[in-house]
Amino acid sequence: EISAWGSLVARRERNLRQLYPTGTSKVYGYVTNSKVKFVMVVDSSNTALRDNEIRSMFRKLHNSYTDVMCNPFYTPGDRIQSRAFDNMVTSMMIQVC
Amino acid sequence: MEGLTLSDAEQKYYSDLFSYCDIESTKKVVVNGRVLELFRAAQLPNDVVLQIMELCGATRLGYFGRSQFYIALKLVAVAQSGFPLRVESINTVKDLPLPRFVASKNEQESRHAASYSSDSENQGSYSGVIPPPPGRGQVKKGSITHDTVQPRTSADAQEPASPVVSPQQSPPTSPHTWRKHSRHPSGGNSERPLAGSGPFWSPFGEAQSGSSAGDAVWSGHSPPPPQENWVSFADTPPTSTLLTMHPASVQDQTTVRTVASATTAIEIRRQSSSYDDPWKITDEQRQYYVNQFKTIQPDLNGFIPGSAAKEFFTKSKLPILELSHIWELSDFDKDGALTLDEFCAAFHLVVARKNGYDLPEKLPESLMPKLIDLEDSADVGDQPGEVGYSGSPAEAPPSKSPSMPSLNQTWPELNQSSEQWETFSERSSSSQTLTQFDSNIAPADPDTAIVHPVPIRMTPSKIHMQEMELKRTGSDHTNPTSPLLVKPSDLSEENKINSSVKFASGNTVDGYSSSDSFTSDPEQIGSNVTRQRSHSGTSPDNTAPPPPPPRPQPSHSRSSSLDMNRTFTATTGQQQAGVVAHPPAVPPRPQPSQAPGPAVHRPVDADGLMTHTSTSPQQIPEQPNFADFSQFEVFAASNVNEEQDDEAEKHPEVLPVEKASDPASSLRVAKTDSKTEEKTAASAPANVSKGTTPLAPPPKPVRRRLKSEDELRPEVDEHTQKMGVLAAVLASQPSIPRSIGKDKKAIQASIRRNKETNTVLARLNSELQQQLKDVLEERISLEVQLEQLRPFSHL
Repeated sequence: EISAWGSLVARRERNLRQLYPTGTSKVYGYVTNSKVKFVMVVDSSNTALRDNEIRSMFRKLHNSYTDVMCNPFYTPGDRIQSRAFDNMVTSMMIQVC
Repeated sequence: MEGLTLSDAEQKYYSDLFSYCDIESTKKVVVNGRVLELFRAAQLPNDVVLQIMELCGATRLGYFGRSQFYIALKLVAVAQSGFPLRVESINTVKDLPLPRFVASKNEQESRHAASYSSDSENQGSYSGVIPPPPGRGQVKKGSITHDTVQPRTSADAQEPASPVVSPQQSPPTSPHTWRKHSRHPSGGNSERPLAGSGPFWSPFGEAQSGSSAGDAVWSGHSPPPPQENWVSFADTPPTSTLLTMHPASVQDQTTVRTVASATTAIEIRRQSSSYDDPWKITDEQRQYYVNQFKTIQPDLNGFIPGSAAKEFFTKSKLPILELSHIWELSDFDKDGALTLDEFCAAFHLVVARKNGYDLPEKLPESLMPKLIDLEDSADVGDQPGEVGYSGSPAEAPPSKSPSMPSLNQTWPELNQSSEQWETFSERSSSSQTLTQFDSNIAPADPDTAIVHPVPIRMTPSKIHMQEMELKRTGSDHTNPTSPLLVKPSDLSEENKINSSVKFASGNTVDGYSSSDSFTSDPEQIGSNVTRQRSHSGTSPDNTAPPPPPPRPQPSHSRSSSLDMNRTFTATTGQQQAGVVAHPPAVPPRPQPSQAPGPAVHRPVDADGLMTHTSTSPQQIPEQPNFADFSQFEVFAASNVNEEQDDEAEKHPEVLPVEKASDPASSLRVAKTDSKTEEKTAASAPANVSKGTTPLAPPPKPVRRRLKSEDELRPEVDEHTQKMGVLAAVLASQPSIPRSIGKDKKAIQASIRRNKETNTVLARLNSELQQQLKDVLEERISLEVQLEQLRPFSHL
């Protein structure tokens, strides 16, 4: 998996990589230009999510994350408690499930 | 405000009245029916009542706190006694009779009940109107003190505003309101707006509490600042829905009070703002916000950076989490800075929160910067429906419209002030569009595909073109980044986010576009690349640069044919007579006899990759072996003198054969669209037809094989073309040795031709070397792509 991250980062892509397909779940990784990594674990029982969908989800995550970062009251490293962020994530999960 | 001193009787009376009016037992009386009833019962003219209300600060506050109420009552007494209504008169007039209220309590109650509903609306405005009542009375324990004074003065200052408010209230229930005011000067309105004045209330309360029984003393009121705050709040005559505001307890106000004056101002604002449309910002409030904004950022059109805003709002002593949420709500364009609009919204939210209002999930419409798309105002806690800013002012207080002419007046102002927000909205919308831009990553592949067929311009130097094209096509595959490096400079301003990703897709474009480099418009190409970049986004792998189209081939063929023509004319002077006629076809065949010789080696070396290159070379070497002999024999047989003729004849003979056998080459050379298939097909029949010339078949199959298996068609073509040229050159040479026996002229001519052949071969060699390099690079790139694609295989 580390190698997968490395390849993701080394290629300077914010591409989506399926890190490691386990038996029951799939793990997706997404790295940004600033080396921020998003990891998504999806249950395999879920209708096979297409690559584009996963990618769009990561993109939304990334956008929401940048919005959280913009908040001066948020110190990087804290647990994200932004309601907007949570709402977005919830809506995303609902959409998929 | 001066302290209000009440006699014992007055105190008792007032407290009774206050209790009466304080229906909701909130310790602060909203301008509800009871108060109005009370005031009406005072039988004072409306204007007097209004004046009383102003004086006691109820107008500013929007509700009657106990102190205000007491003051109002006192003023009623003063008025009834015929004394001029003045702040000083409260205390100066001694032995003031108790205010007389004609209406009995019962009546008042009934009236209250009747007017309650209507009063609610008025109360809203009242509460906003009622500034922190001067700390009068005993109830309020807050540190009203100075606040009360200031509210008073501010109330006076707000006279312009309060009249605005009070009329709203008065029409339906002015007497009531007045009464209420008088009754419950300190009665905190149950409505929120009063909460805003809570902080003020507290000072008042304290002042009141300070005043012992019988001696309502106007304790030192809060310094002016609070008043200003009050002003701002009061100006938010939260018209109607004030009542809905849940009562801000006095304690809350008290606690709020303890906050720094700046924050009190904030609180005041919040309180008043929360009335009626809880999220509406009144003019005063807005003015206050603007002033605060100026302290941080003098330019009203500028931004307040996040750090400065953080400091500022941290002063409000709200928990960071809530401040964070407020920021989230108010920073509409998510730029980490607050515009005036956003700042006011944030300030407003802070005020509201301070007053106990829950923060909304979404930014209320009234706080939203003037945006094109307004989101529906979210319900905030107990907040009643909010009114959109851009919404018609008249609609804002629908319920209060009849009684809120002042609000309507304020609306235009607000709208005007919101104009500046429109610019913000544009920004935000644009920023939104920007943020959404990334999502518009359309498949860039079509673009790249479209770009591929970019025609290659033929330049005078055909060979140059061939070389360039070869290089470009090679570089497309091999150096995705290199061509990009050139282009990116033009596109630096484009999406940088996906730049890396787009490189891959852009490479092909660049590569192809570079093929047009001579004449193509770099900007266009750049734009194409840019577009592709923005689009290709995250899947460069998918847009793996397809192999360069065999476009160059036609040009190559053409150029090569021309070159060959030139070469032929240069080298095979005499021989070219026939050769020229079939430059593409002839050269390969006859020349392979000799020329292929040296060329053979090269192709052999590059055999692994440049299979195509080996076609003709192989053909040539093979052919020459045979051709030489045959040709030599033929030539030998023929008259030496008829060298040319023989050659010409032979050539024609060979040519047909060659043609037949070199359909591939001819096709390669001649046809622009012909690809390996055609060539192979052509070569096949050629091979068949070439039964006579054993040479033909071998080279043909080889050529075909080489050709078909190679995707580097342009290179193949070029190579074949080159080989054709070479063959042509070489073909001419066999004739030379035959003419050895001729005179020196022939020898010299042959020497010359050999030299030319050498140069041609040398050039060919270099080109082939280049092709080899390109092919190798391409192979590497393909391998890389394969590797990239492999992991996705199971996605």
